[in-house]
Amino acid sequence: MENIRLIEVKEGILSENGKLADELRKQLAKEKTFLLNLMASPGSGKTSLILKTIDALKDDLRIAVIEADIDSIVDSEKVAAVGIPAVQLRTGGFCHLDASMVKKGLDTMDLNAFDLIFIENVGNLVCPAEFDTGAVKNAMILSVPEGDDKPLKYPLMFTVCDVLIVNKMDFLELTDFDMQKLRERVMILNPEIRIIEVSCRTGHGIDIWADWLRNEVKAFIGGPA
Amino acid sequence: MHELPVIKSILDICLKHATINSANKILTIELKVGEMSDLEPEWMQRYFDFVSKGSIAEGAKLVIEKTPVLFQCDACSHQFKIDIKNLKAAKCPECGTDKCTLISGSEYYISNIGVI
Repeated sequence: MENIRLIEVKEGILSENGKLADELRKQLAKEKTFLLNLMASPGSGKTSLILKTIDALKDDLRIAVIEADIDSIVDSEKVAAVGIPAVQLRTGGFCHLDASMVKKGLDTMDLNAFDLIFIENVGNLVCPAEFDTGAVKNAMILSVPEGDDKPLKYPLMFTVCDVLIVNKMDFLELTDFDMQKLRERVMILNPEIRIIEVSCRTGHGIDIWADWLRNEVKAFIGGPA
Repeated sequence: MHELPVIKSILDICLKHATINSANKILTIELKVGEMSDLEPEWMQRYFDFVSKGSIAEGAKLVIEKTPVLFQCDACSHQFKIDIKNLKAAKCPECGTDKCTLISGSEYYISNIGVI
């Protein structure tokens, strides 16, 4: 009977993805292209927010979109319809994007031609939070009808994001959504997070969000803000 | 869902270390999984049994230790655990500030493997 040996591994499984994500960020800095990873539940308004943001920033920035969907191209068609280059990544059943999938999308683009690239991640508050995509900043949308208890249910998502966009503010009066409670719950998880209230339908708050994003992009790619 | 890529990555790392160390078979894999992960040990084992079929890790037992969600206070550097189901308690117990940084609780970390 052979003796059992214990081999020290001391390796995290997300380490390889993390390394690739760091390499992507270096490449993006060199090419002066800002990559924003946008995460949210299905139906929270990811595509609507991207379209509104394109409208607000298209005169200042050269924009493209990477769309991730399990198996459809409807979102990229909407983006392409407003004249913005869109790359569709079909994840083939996977519930999130990782750095290697994002790299595949970026490799098909001329990064020099863009200041800002959105990643529209798969609609899901669980798995996308665990995988670094190589994005410069992470944003998430929480829409009012989803409820103010989401930070309690999906804490990791709220800890990895730099900005939280609360969408569908025009629904607020119809619900028992408590904005103060949401803020308290989010701030406990992530005191540095910026919270911006918007309504893609009415356009409320889109200017504040667009200003935040424009400043982040300009700070990253250089040049006057 | 992402069980499959997570478990596949764990298998690949274990196989790599087993090969480097000229092992013939992997019997146990000790893992640390953060409390923020939603993967249940029972399901991780089932997925592992599926992806490891035909490899030297087939039949290996996953020994999973759940690691707590640990924050560090930005002001006084005190480290403390929080119960993610009771977020109201997440202030630094030493100095009372709520500016704290997550330092563990979302990881999948392979400590060691038992091989022959």
